[in-house]
Amino acid sequence: MAASSAGIGTLLCKNINKQIEIFYPTNRRYTWCVIRRICTSISRFRCQGQIKRKSAPKELVGVVGLEVHAQIQSITKLFSGSQVRFQAPPNSLVSFFDASLPGTLPVLNRRCVEAAVMTGLALDCVINRKSLFDRKHYFYADLPAGYQITQQRRPIAVDGTLTYSHLGGTRRNTLITKSVRIKQIQLEQDSGKSLHDDRRGQTLIDLNRAGVGLMELVMEPDMSCGEEAAAAVRELQLILQALGTCQGHMDEGQLRVDANVSVHRPGDPWGVRTEVKNINSGRNLARAIDYEIQRQVGVLKNGGTVQNETRSFDRKSGHTLPMRDKEGLQDYRFMPEPNLPPLIVYDRPSTAPPCVHPSQVVVLEEVRAGLPELPRARRTRLVESYDILPEHSFTLVNEDGLTDYFEAVVKETKAGPRKVIGWVNQVLLGLLHHHSLSVSQSPVTPQMLAQLLNLQENGQISSSVAKQVFQELWRAPGKTAQQIIQEQDLGIVSNTTEIHRICQKVVDSHPDQVQAIRGGNKKVLNKLMGLVQKETKGRADPVLVRSILEEKTS
Amino acid sequence: MSVVNYARTLQKVILNIGPRCYHRWVTTASVALRIRDSKQNFRCRLWCGLLTPVHYQYSTEGNTSKAKQVPADLVDKLERLALVDFPNQEGLVCLKKAIRFADQLHVVDTEGVDPMDSVLENRALYLREDVVAEGDCADRLLQLSKDTVEEYFVAPPGNIPLPGREEC
Repeated sequence: MAASSAGIGTLLCKNINKQIEIFYPTNRRYTWCVIRRICTSISRFRCQGQIKRKSAPKELVGVVGLEVHAQIQSITKLFSGSQVRFQAPPNSLVSFFDASLPGTLPVLNRRCVEAAVMTGLALDCVINRKSLFDRKHYFYADLPAGYQITQQRRPIAVDGTLTYSHLGGTRRNTLITKSVRIKQIQLEQDSGKSLHDDRRGQTLIDLNRAGVGLMELVMEPDMSCGEEAAAAVRELQLILQALGTCQGHMDEGQLRVDANVSVHRPGDPWGVRTEVKNINSGRNLARAIDYEIQRQVGVLKNGGTVQNETRSFDRKSGHTLPMRDKEGLQDYRFMPEPNLPPLIVYDRPSTAPPCVHPSQVVVLEEVRAGLPELPRARRTRLVESYDILPEHSFTLVNEDGLTDYFEAVVKETKAGPRKVIGWVNQVLLGLLHHHSLSVSQSPVTPQMLAQLLNLQENGQISSSVAKQVFQELWRAPGKTAQQIIQEQDLGIVSNTTEIHRICQKVVDSHPDQVQAIRGGNKKVLNKLMGLVQKETKGRADPVLVRSILEEKTS
Repeated sequence: MSVVNYARTLQKVILNIGPRCYHRWVTTASVALRIRDSKQNFRCRLWCGLLTPVHYQYSTEGNTSKAKQVPADLVDKLERLALVDFPNQEGLVCLKKAIRFADQLHVVDTEGVDPMDSVLENRALYLREDVVAEGDCADRLLQLSKDTVEEYFVAPPGNIPLPGREEC
């Protein structure tokens, strides 16, 4: 309807233009602009009127799919025997095969196959018993061979699920669990690194990274916003770190995520997607995806169309910018890798051919038996053994080292796990985030916290004093909790006469509040309690104070 | 042995093509005769024939229309993807002949037959242990390059776009 009225509008414009030209041969463009403005405003008015008559249009929602490249943690590269190290002199970890010198052939690394199979099993994938290698051709200076050996036709694992959770809800303390399907996991080579020297108009190539094994995980577009994508990537990081197949540091390039973002109305076919690259942390991933969804919604609302392009994320501005080098859809001319026979993985040791050496076969049963405790299992174990909420165990597992900290404190203290959880998740974690420290850098050790909690359990200090002492411990970790309590005389005041005296003083100086309490408003008692605590500098036992005040005001 | 298998498959191909195939030097009848005469000779000649496709003018009815037209933007795309140069009409003629030669594959009925990737596909894939055995030869590799800057290889910035058709 909108299109047809616009068409009529322009037709009208053209006719009117012609008429005006006959009578007033003035500047054509001026008359055209004036007439067009009138016509488009008329057509817009009519469009809006028409839209209002229909039902309210559905909101545009984002559709996000991720492609994750995880660098396999192995000693040597995928197809050659050169070392894998993060920082090394340029081109020092390059073998003849990595430099694509003629006459060199690929030799597959067993560790990389095991890593891919372990990851596939951890993500509930179907492992293809026979997988094939292909060549993906494209020209770029950091790909010396002109092709990359990958697995496009039959990858090593397909059809998996990644279950992730994030804290959502109104107060961000409800655990929402979702899952995203994994389309495939494949083994492929990494390319080298190129440093662009724009001043001299050249690119410097370092092939140390060329040939390193990567696992490419392709996920289906089941996610709808940046937060979900960031949570999924965090869960994937935890799984890969637990398996030992990838260290997962996004800032070091060990885990690279590209997002495919599009928008559509629910029920309609998917819109045109754009690919967002150059994301180096989970937080930036969420920012980039949210910005891109907003941008596409803005483009569509203004009547434009979204281009199928590759965009780069600029973390300083939080915007995505189009990348210059990519030109439309690439044709990679996939071809089977002629130098590598199919990769066969066996179910049980008995199914492997008898004449083959055991180091030459990868057996699924053995790999499955060797899988360590995955984050999912760890969370359920914490909930069951310590009787804490799933949200608490989620926070514990999410932060590196926090679970060990928590378990160490629980072991040494008399306080129950639920109390410890409150201290660890809120007090400790809050301070760590405020000072941007990791758990291993915390000035308060688990032993110190355990001592503090024991003092509180024994009744030597009150809970508010305990928090004060914690802050002191943080600032001056050399002293123990006992020392701080003695120095600042923060021990609990249990002298009942003293407390009676203070309570009486407070009651006498606030007769109005006392009247209110006698009238039935019990909440005012808290104010009186606060005053008493201020008098005693928080050292009074709150239970005792409350009972005395209630007695005095009844 | 694999060459012989390949040759036998090609024999079946030629016999299947039969009357639809027009070729200057080898007719179906003479193929049949030569199989009976000397198998060794024929295999050699067939193998040589495969290596020099330009001399054999094979054409099949269904595919002539596809092979005739090679649009200009397809040629540009091929030049960009494969970095080959089709500078003049001769190059394009060679390309068309190559396409027509490859079109013969459509004639063969491969229903229920798995494709063969390479002659190695029934071999066992060797798995190497994860032990460092190579690398640390930066000086030898850098010697091979004309341009180096402080142990880095030097390349032009990004991908230089090929000149368009009008600029040639």
